[in-house]
Amino acid sequence: MDLGLPFMLDLTANALVAMLVVLAMLVVASITQWRLRSRLSPEAHLELKQRINSWWIMVAVVFTALMIGQTASLIFFAILSFIALREIFSILPVRISDRRLILALYLMVPLQYYWIAKDWYGMFIVFIPVYLFLLIPFGLLILGETKGFIRAVGSYQWAIMTTVFAISHVAYLLMLPADQNASGGGVGLVLYLVFLTQFNDVAQYIWGKKFGERKIVPTISPNKTWAGFLGGIATTTLLGGLLAPWLTPMSFWQGLAAGLLIGCAGFVGDLTISAVKRDLRIKDTSQLIPGHGGILDRIDSLMYTAPLFFHFLFYTSY
Amino acid sequence: MSFIQRLPKRLFFLLIVKPVVYLLLGLNIYSLQRLPARGPAILAANHNSHLDTLVLMALYPLSQLHRVRPVAAADYFLRNRFTSWLSLNVIGIIPLNRQSQIDKDKVFDQCQQALANDEILLLFPEGSRGEAEQLQPLRKGIYHLARTHPGTTVTPIAMHGLGRALPKGESMLVPFNCDVVIGEALLPGEDSNVFMQQLQTSLEALLAACITRRDERWED
Repeated sequence: MDLGLPFMLDLTANALVAMLVVLAMLVVASITQWRLRSRLSPEAHLELKQRINSWWIMVAVVFTALMIGQTASLIFFAILSFIALREIFSILPVRISDRRLILALYLMVPLQYYWIAKDWYGMFIVFIPVYLFLLIPFGLLILGETKGFIRAVGSYQWAIMTTVFAISHVAYLLMLPADQNASGGGVGLVLYLVFLTQFNDVAQYIWGKKFGERKIVPTISPNKTWAGFLGGIATTTLLGGLLAPWLTPMSFWQGLAAGLLIGCAGFVGDLTISAVKRDLRIKDTSQLIPGHGGILDRIDSLMYTAPLFFHFLFYTSY
Repeated sequence: MSFIQRLPKRLFFLLIVKPVVYLLLGLNIYSLQRLPARGPAILAANHNSHLDTLVLMALYPLSQLHRVRPVAAADYFLRNRFTSWLSLNVIGIIPLNRQSQIDKDKVFDQCQQALANDEILLLFPEGSRGEAEQLQPLRKGIYHLARTHPGTTVTPIAMHGLGRALPKGESMLVPFNCDVVIGEALLPGEDSNVFMQQLQTSLEALLAACITRRDERWED
């Protein structure tokens, strides 16, 4: 859209308004945090402050990439996938003898995003689930170490599926034909998915804090309650319906279904990384984001919501 | 030292070391505030990789880098003319030849001199890089060194992950996150055994906090 700036922003008016709304929400969060400073313990306040400051930085980075345009956004999501993949390889018990294969898998990240940049949907959708699925065990055969072979094949495949294949679906939203979504454009779709996914996490947390009593999955995540789960999903579903006609080609009713899908899938994604952390006996997957932990702690829900939302949208609207 | 003399070191860290360490590798840093800003001080870290030295130095801001003096293996850091020049003049290492006794005395003198200049010495008390990221027996030299200059503190630092990113004998760097866990500074007292025990206990506790170190425990 042309705002009279010396450059063109690759955004529709609705997408720009959506970004401004997110920034306004952050302003409210920062003011609330500042006003709570005397009522919270110094540690709790520091953590809240770090969390919100990190949100500012994350939002600034994502919005900047989205505003610059498609190529910048694809590079951004490729870097995000790389950091997430590196994080998962860093916490998994990777065999030293597999270093060559690990390096080769890092090099597959730009390739996956190259298929997206070329708008080569067929390759994008089979490259990791089919070709790498067959090539990873083949690579391990060449390296020749059979002790721990099965575990290595399984964990490397899972790592690249979640952090690269799943996350790259967010980027592919930018390639969907723009004329079918005049109101939101590609950026509108990304904002809809990412905002609802992250909002769902926060909504589940707040509902759980306010009304949560009965635990839903005590063995995996003792903080999750039925009230948080149901309250969060209800809120996300409703918001999904309300935002859909404004940012996506979906109707209100389709948006409700997309919101429900995002709410449930986000919950499962969150739990999955929780289970991984429990298995490895760690609290955070890295220290990259102050107040949040690692990248995986932040995009765990997105790993599940992105492919499911993408295919729901693709089936219903394109 | 003048600004001009410090410039190559700053540029080397700004343009090469910091980007590699923070962007390609990624660090999980715990308790950065415990890192001593001024000497005389000793950083005592476990040793997994030749990258250890550069990673620990990269924790310091460019303006403080000139105070940090790593003691590093001569056979690696002085292996050819280019790396020698880089190690001695840009990184500023104190080269340690692990085979020769005469050399050890010379290194000890250089270390004492560095402490006398209020510099921060970077030592690996295990003596050699261990196998498969296991803590090796600690050597007592660090205690005697710290005692030569009153007020010298020893800050234990545990690192994990670099042994996967660049193991011994490998030249291919593979990105992995690395933990750097900084402990409380220790002040060596009268008894060397007590101090060595404290250092050992501290390093073991710090190693246990590493999040990339789960290989053994995953089995049970």
